Order: sequence, then C-alpha cells, then structure tokens
Amino acid sequence: MSPDLAFLVEVVVGGLLSGVMYALVAIGFVLIYKTSGVLNFAQGAMVLFAALTFVSLVERGLPFPAALAATLAVMVVVGLTIERTVLRPLVNQPPITLFMATLGVAYVIEGAAQLAWGTQVHALDLGIDDTPFDVAGVLVSRFDLFAAALAGLMVAGLTLFFRFTRTGLAFRAVADDPLAALNAGLRLPRIWSAVWIASGLVALVAGLLWGARLGVQFSLSLVVLKALPVLVLGGFDSIAGAIVAGLIVGAAEKLAEVYLGPLIGGGIEGWIAYVAALAFLLVKPSGLFGLRSVERV
Amino acid sequence: MATALPLDLARPRRTGAAGILLLLALAYGLVPLLGTGYLFEAILTPFLALALAGLGLNLLTGYTGLLSLGSAAFMAVGAYAAFNLSLRLPGLPLPATILLAGLVAAAAGAVAGLPALRLRGFYLAVSTLAVQFFVAWALNRIGWLSNDSPSGIVAAPRLEVAGLSFDDARGRYLFSLTVVVVLTFLAWRLVRSPTGRNLVAIRDHETAARIVGVKVARTKLLAFALSSFIVGIAGVLWAFAYLRTVEPAGFNLDRSFQILFIVIIGGLGTLRGAFLGAGFIVVLPLVLSRLGATALGDGFDSGTLEMVQRIVLGWLIVAVLIREPAGLAALLDRALHHALRRVLPRS
Repeated sequence: MSPDLAFLVEVVVGGLLSGVMYALVAIGFVLIYKTSGVLNFAQGAMVLFAALTFVSLVERGLPFPAALAATLAVMVVVGLTIERTVLRPLVNQPPITLFMATLGVAYVIEGAAQLAWGTQVHALDLGIDDTPFDVAGVLVSRFDLFAAALAGLMVAGLTLFFRFTRTGLAFRAVADDPLAALNAGLRLPRIWSAVWIASGLVALVAGLLWGARLGVQFSLSLVVLKALPVLVLGGFDSIAGAIVAGLIVGAAEKLAEVYLGPLIGGGIEGWIAYVAALAFLLVKPSGLFGLRSVERV
Repeated sequence: MATALPLDLARPRRTGAAGILLLLALAYGLVPLLGTGYLFEAILTPFLALALAGLGLNLLTGYTGLLSLGSAAFMAVGAYAAFNLSLRLPGLPLPATILLAGLVAAAAGAVAGLPALRLRGFYLAVSTLAVQFFVAWALNRIGWLSNDSPSGIVAAPRLEVAGLSFDDARGRYLFSLTVVVVLTFLAWRLVRSPTGRNLVAIRDHETAARIVGVKVARTKLLAFALSSFIVGIAGVLWAFAYLRTVEPAGFNLDRSFQILFIVIIGGLGTLRGAFLGAGFIVVLPLVLSRLGATALGDGFDSGTLEMVQRIVLGWLIVAVLIREPAGLAALLDRALHHALRRVLPRS
C-alpha cells in the first residue's frame, strides 16, 4: 500500500470507529422516539449523569462491578422518574411541547449531576489501553475497537430483544400503531417505562465509553449535538439507520477535517456533519431507513 | 397542534385596546420616571431584546409551524451586520443601519429556510442547528466580520438618532422600547393580513392551504425571512443597547434554546406570549438568585447556587408545560376572563 493510500484508510477507519461512538448516543434517542414519539433531548444529560455517578462512586472506593451495579440502579430510577413525572402528564401533547419538556429535564439532570458530584473533570479508566496497533500498515486504536465491539454487542442484543421476546414484540407493536396496540391489550405505560429504562442503560454504556475518551465533565452532555446529524441521516426511528448513519457521519467528518479543513480553515467539525446530513436529506427526505417523514410539529 | 386561538376572536376588542394603551402609557410615562439604572440595564433592556426575538421566532414556529433551533444565529447575523454597516458606512443614520441589518438577517433566514421546502418537524429543526454552528464558526473564522479584533469582541457604536443621544441606561431602554413597539405593531398587522392567514393555513393543514391557492414554498421562505428580520433586529438591540459589545459568545446554542423557551412558555401563536415568556425567563433567574442569597446567606458558594438555579429553571419549565401546555398567554387569558366576568356579570 502506498503511504498516501494507507493514510486515507487510516483516516476512514478512525472515522468509522468514532462514528460508532456517535451511533451509541443516537440509539438512546431512537429507542424513545420509536415507542413514544418524543425527541428526548435529555439523552445527553443522562449520558453525563451516568458517567459522573459511576466515576464518583469509583473514586469513593467502590469496586468496579459494585459501582456499575449502583449506577445501573440509579439510571433505572432516573428513567422511571422522568417517564412518570414528566412525560405521562404530557401524553397527547404536540411533539414540540414534549421536546421542550425534555429540554427542561436536561437542565434538571445536568444541574443535579453537578450539584451532587461537583463540576471538576474526572478521569475515567476502564482498564483498556488506548495504544494503536498495526493492521496491515494501518494504525488502529485498541480502545476504539473495544468501543466498536461493545456497541456491536449492544445493537445485536437490542435486535435480538426486539425480534424474539414478547416485550420486544410489544415495543414494535407500539411503535407501529399505539392505538391498535392499546386495543390489543398492551399496557402502554408499562412499555414506556421499559423503554426509558432501556435508554438509561444505553446512556450508561455511552457515558462510560465517551467518559473514558474525553474525561467525565459537563461537555459530555454535548454529545447529543454529535448524535443529531446521525439521527437525521438515519431516520429518528431506525436502530440500523443510527448505526449506518453513525459510520457515514464519522467517516465523512474525519475525511472533511483532514482533506477539507486545511482549505477553508480548521474547526469545521462543528457543522460539517450537519451539512453532510442535510445534503443527503435534500435528495432523500426520509433519511436512510426512516419509515416516514415526520409530521409537522 | 394545540395552540391558543391565534386570531383572538373570543376577546372583546375594546378591552384589549385599552389594555395595550395602558401598558404603553406605563412603559413610556411612569417607568422612565421611576425606574432605576439597575431596572433598565439588568431587566428591562434584555427583556425587550429577548421579547422581540421571541416575537420573531413565534412568527415562524407559532404561526407557520416551522421549528427553528437557530434563532441565536440570526441574532448574531443582525448584530454583526449592524456593526459592520456602522463601521464601514459611518454616515448612515442608526435607523437605516438597523433596517439594513434586519434585511441582511432576513436574507440569511431565507437561505436557511431552503431545507424547509423538503423537510419537516424535527428534521427541519436539526437542519436549523447547522445554521447555528455554521454562523458561530464563520464569526470566529472570518476576521473581517469583527474588524480583525483578535478576540472577536468589538465595542458597539453609540446610540444616536438625529443628534439625540440614547446612551445612558434610560435612553437605551427607551430606544429598545420604541423599536420593539414599532415592530410589534407591524407583526400585529402582519398576522391579521392575508399573508398572516396564509402562514396559519400552512401550519394547520398544508395540503388544504395548497388547494385554496396558498403558494406554500414561497410563503414558508417568506416566514423564514420575516422571522429572521425581527430576530436579527433583536440581535442588534441585544448587542447595541444591552451588552454594548458585539461578541459571538452571546449568540450560542443556549440562547437559541432560551428564545424557544420564551415562545413555548409564553404561548405559541400569540404575540403577547413572547412578552410573557421573556418576562418569565429574564426575571426568574434574578428572583432565584435573590431568594438563594437571602435563604442561604451571602457566603454561599456561587457555583452551587448556579446549579440550583439550573435545576429550578428546568423544573419550572416542565411544570408550566404540564400545567398549561398552551403557555402563559392562555393562563393569563383565563385569569382575565374570570376577572372580567366578575366585573361585568352580563357578558
């Protein structure tokens, strides 16, 4: 392989792997949007909250598995509380109102997380070295591979869950047609609770991986802004779409940064993903895998 | 979409007009006489700028049903356009500068509105985020826009119209008030005009609007342009009258969300909603910090106080939405209705 080509492959692989990290956050959105039509802006705050809780417990001397279990329990409580106290009273409100409410929730969670655990930056070590290793002349980060594998496992698990369990079937029924599902005797509130718990767990995984990457701090809640172009591209209601779009956005972002950045000045990673997603949407408005275009809000 | 009745058919017109005249008399007569510098600088001027921004966004989101998360970007476009106009065309009178800055923001809005021709709902909202980030990037990157100031922060020019100076706290308040009153009047005329009805028609049923002959694509772009015009001028007020500096940091994503809060908490599809919402958003943090200081003593850690404020603000937003999803405007209308019924038992 020529050095130029090797560099190109390295950039693309790096981009794909960071795209997996974006997809990880996006999946949390998709779960909730699919079953209740809420664009949950608080997902980023939940990622921050999970990571901050975990790292603070570890710093207070709790062993790794115990801290993980405790954080899991906390995330379950957080998810249930949001569903019970915020979204259930707002059932049947227009999507924009629900979106606003989740913005309010994001404020509360961010404030509470930092009030409880402080605002300083914590380092989070998951025990995986971030050393690059050589695959046929291309350098790949071990940590990124681990993250990708974990995300892959999670997606596989979710897919199996949706396909083969009764609860998964119920999820799909609700996503398909809430009224028909209700008519068939499914208990919507129970399903909503379950899906909020699930998105809390996704937030925990995303929080640990992103936290290990960036350090656990406030800016962790801004990963939602990385996930939004992924969502737009993949469709708000498709898990497969989130993965594929995450890979595309990750790769496009890295390529643009390396090859386009020097031409028009650096720092373009803030918006290039949005522009790329938009350009695609202008051609195909429902996204890669979106079932239908979203109605007006 | 459950918004308050947008055309105010239910309200007795005469009481409404009397109320507005009373408010104007208060704002122009009593407030400048009695107000303190703190009231003008910390409360009223930012309130007016934010209310105007909310009014502009409400045209787009409340009346036309197009969600935007990029309002702060249009504020920034307006503010920087006004700065550059006054810097590079020194002879231009201030009202002309403001008008032109609004037109620049309107042009930016029309371009940013192009995705609205194909996208809807949250897809469109996310596309307006692209505008938000792109504008922030461009302002930091293109030195010419901030006159090559290394920090991107530049001092705003003095507020002078036809030899009259509006540079003290009261003057800046009166200046903002006048701009807001004029634009609110124009917006009020607009939403009652055929164009305004077209906006509502697109929001309520796009296909039906198309059938009765509304030019949907053109009207959507017009909504973006009109909204951005007002939001851009709000940006000029924010930078020139309130902060007195022009800087990119004040026009970030948080500001966009704040303006959306104002519109939703105040009441979508109502003009008075923007003012109610802006009052809520401006006064609330001040009340909270005052309360916090009294309740906990002066030695209290300001970082903690900030977190508590964040929590309370978020909680209040959720509470208002649950209590009254149609916003403070609906709440106020109901209260007024009850009060009127008590005074005039016949009606």
